[in-house]
Amino acid sequence: MVTRTSVLMILGRVFVQAFLVALAIVVIYPLLWMLLNGVKSNSELFANPFALPETWRWENYVTAWNRGVGDYLTTSVLVTVASTAATVLISAWAAYGLTRVKIPFNRTILILILAGLMLAPTVALIPLVKMFQALGLYNSFWALLILYTAFRVPFTTFLIRAYMLDLPLEVDEAAAVDGASKARAFWQVILPMCRPIIISTILLNVLFTWNEYLFAMIFTSGGTLQTLPVGLTNLMAKHGTDYPVVFAGMAIAAVPVIVLFFAGQRYFIRGLADGVGK
Amino acid sequence: MTVSNAIRRPAPSASGSDAKGLPKGRQADRSRASRWRNMVWVLPAVLLLCVFCYLPLVQNLGFSLLKWDIYSGRQTFIGADNYLKMFNDPIFWKSLLNNTLYAGISIVFQVFGALVLAALVEGLPSPRWRGALRAIYFVPSAISLTVAGLLFYFIYEPRMGILNAALETLGLGNFAQAWLGQENTAIFGIIAMSQWQGFGYCTLLFAVALQRIPSELFEAASIDGVGPVRRFFFISLPLVREMSSLMMIVTVSGAFQVFNEVMVMTTGGPNNSSQVLGTWLYRSGFVRNDFGYAAAIATAVFVITLVLAVLQLRLAKRRRVEW
Repeated sequence: MVTRTSVLMILGRVFVQAFLVALAIVVIYPLLWMLLNGVKSNSELFANPFALPETWRWENYVTAWNRGVGDYLTTSVLVTVASTAATVLISAWAAYGLTRVKIPFNRTILILILAGLMLAPTVALIPLVKMFQALGLYNSFWALLILYTAFRVPFTTFLIRAYMLDLPLEVDEAAAVDGASKARAFWQVILPMCRPIIISTILLNVLFTWNEYLFAMIFTSGGTLQTLPVGLTNLMAKHGTDYPVVFAGMAIAAVPVIVLFFAGQRYFIRGLADGVGK
Repeated sequence: MTVSNAIRRPAPSASGSDAKGLPKGRQADRSRASRWRNMVWVLPAVLLLCVFCYLPLVQNLGFSLLKWDIYSGRQTFIGADNYLKMFNDPIFWKSLLNNTLYAGISIVFQVFGALVLAALVEGLPSPRWRGALRAIYFVPSAISLTVAGLLFYFIYEPRMGILNAALETLGLGNFAQAWLGQENTAIFGIIAMSQWQGFGYCTLLFAVALQRIPSELFEAASIDGVGPVRRFFFISLPLVREMSSLMMIVTVSGAFQVFNEVMVMTTGGPNNSSQVLGTWLYRSGFVRNDFGYAAAIATAVFVITLVLAVLQLRLAKRRRVEW
C-alpha cells in the first residue's frame, strides 16, 4: 500500500515538474523566435519558421535603428527619465505631507490623491485632447510628461505613503531637536530612509512609461517625437514587408526592460506585492 | 545621519508647530498658518490630479451630451441622444461582450490558473528553481503590450507564423487558419495573447501571498498526513482568498480598459468583430469624428470601473488577515 501511494506521489511530482518546465518553454520560445527573426532574411522568415538563420544578419538591427528606432528609443528614454523623476518626487513630497507634517484637510487630500487610482485613462481621453490642444501642448513632449506624471502620482504616493507610515516618528523629532527644518528632514533623513520603496517605485514607473501606448499614440501621433511602442507600429506600417527589421525593432524595445527586471527583481516584487492591496 | 551633526542650536522652531513659550492664542495662530504653509508638500500632486484627472472626468460628462464635430468644431446640445445611440449601437454591445469575454477568460487563467500555478511552483523543493520559474513566467509582463501584440500578430500569421506551422507538424493541419483574420477567432486570438502576457504577473503576486503563510501550518498538516492537494484546498486557498478577490477585481477592471493589444493586432477588425470599448471609443472619436459619442462610451467605461473600484476598496479594507 505504502509503495503504491509513494509511486503515485513521485509520478505526480514528475508530471508537475514537466508541466512547469513546458510552460516556461511556452513563455520563452516566442521571445527567442522574435530575437532570431531579427537576424534572418525575409525569405528565411517565410521558408521555415522554426529554422535557425543561415547567416546572422545583425545589420537588421542597424537598419531598424536607422529607420527611426534610434529616435524612438531616445524619445522613450527622455520621457521615461523625466516622468519617472517627476512622478517619484511629487509623490514623495505628497506622501511626506500626508504622513509627517500637519496639514489642513489631511483626510480629504488623502482621498483626493488615492481616488486617482481608480481612474481609467480612457475615461479622461477626449477632454484631455481638447485641453492639450487649447494649451498648445498637443503633439509635444510636455503632453506625455504631464499625463504620465498625473496618472502615476496616485499609485506612487500610495506606495511611498505606506512605507513612510511605518517609519518611527522619533526620527522626525530627533531631526527637529537637531534644528533641521521640515524640508531638511525630508531630503536628508526621511527620503534616504525610504530608499527601498523609492527604488521600487522608480522601477515600476520606468516599466509603465516605457510600455505605455494609449497616451503616446494619441498625444504624439502627428508629431515628430514618438516613443517606442508607437514608433514600432509605424515601423510596421511603413516597412511592413521588411519583417526582420520589424522584429529587430521589437527586440530593441523589449530587451532593456527585460534586463531591468532581472537586475531589480527584488524591488519589482516588493513594489508589486505592496501595490496590489491598493 | 547627516542631521545629527547639523547645526545645533536651541530649536527656534523652523516648523512652527512646536513654537513653545508663545502666548496661547498666538501659538495657535502660528501653528494654523504653518499648517497652511505645509500644504506646499501636497500641492503639486493635488493640482496635477485636479487639472488633468478630475477636471477631464467632469468635462467628459458634459461632452457626452453634445453633438460635436472635431473638425468644424461645431457643438450642439443634444441631451441624452448619445446614450440612446449607444444603447442602440450593435457594435457597442459587441464591444461590451468582448470586454466581458476578456474578463471571464482572464479570471480563469490569470486568477485561478495563476493561483494553482503559484502553489505548484512554491511546492518545488529547490528555491533556485522556484525563483527562476517565477522570474521566467514574469518576463512577458515586463515587455510592452505593443511588442507582445506584434509578436503574436506574427505568430498567428498564416504564412510565417509558428502557430499554424506547429499545428501542421503535429498533424493537426486541419486546424490551421488565419486566426486574426476571421470574425469568430480574432478576439480569442487577442485574449490568448493577453493570457500569455499576464499570467506571470499574477503568479508572482500569488507566490508572494503564499510565502506569507506561516510554514508551520503546512508542516503541521503534513505531519497529520494531509496530502498536497488537500493542503492546497484547506490551507492555501482560504488564506489567500482576499488576495484572490483583489486579483479578480484588478483583472476584471483591466479587462474593461483593454486597448493597446487590440489596436496593434486587429484595430478591432475584421468587421468590428474584435472591437472592445476602448477601441470603439477611439474609433468613434478620432476616426469617425464623433467626440460626443466617444465621450458617452467613456462614461460607460467610467461607471464599470467605478463599481469595480468601490468593490476593490471594500475588500482591501477587510484584507488584513492576522495569524
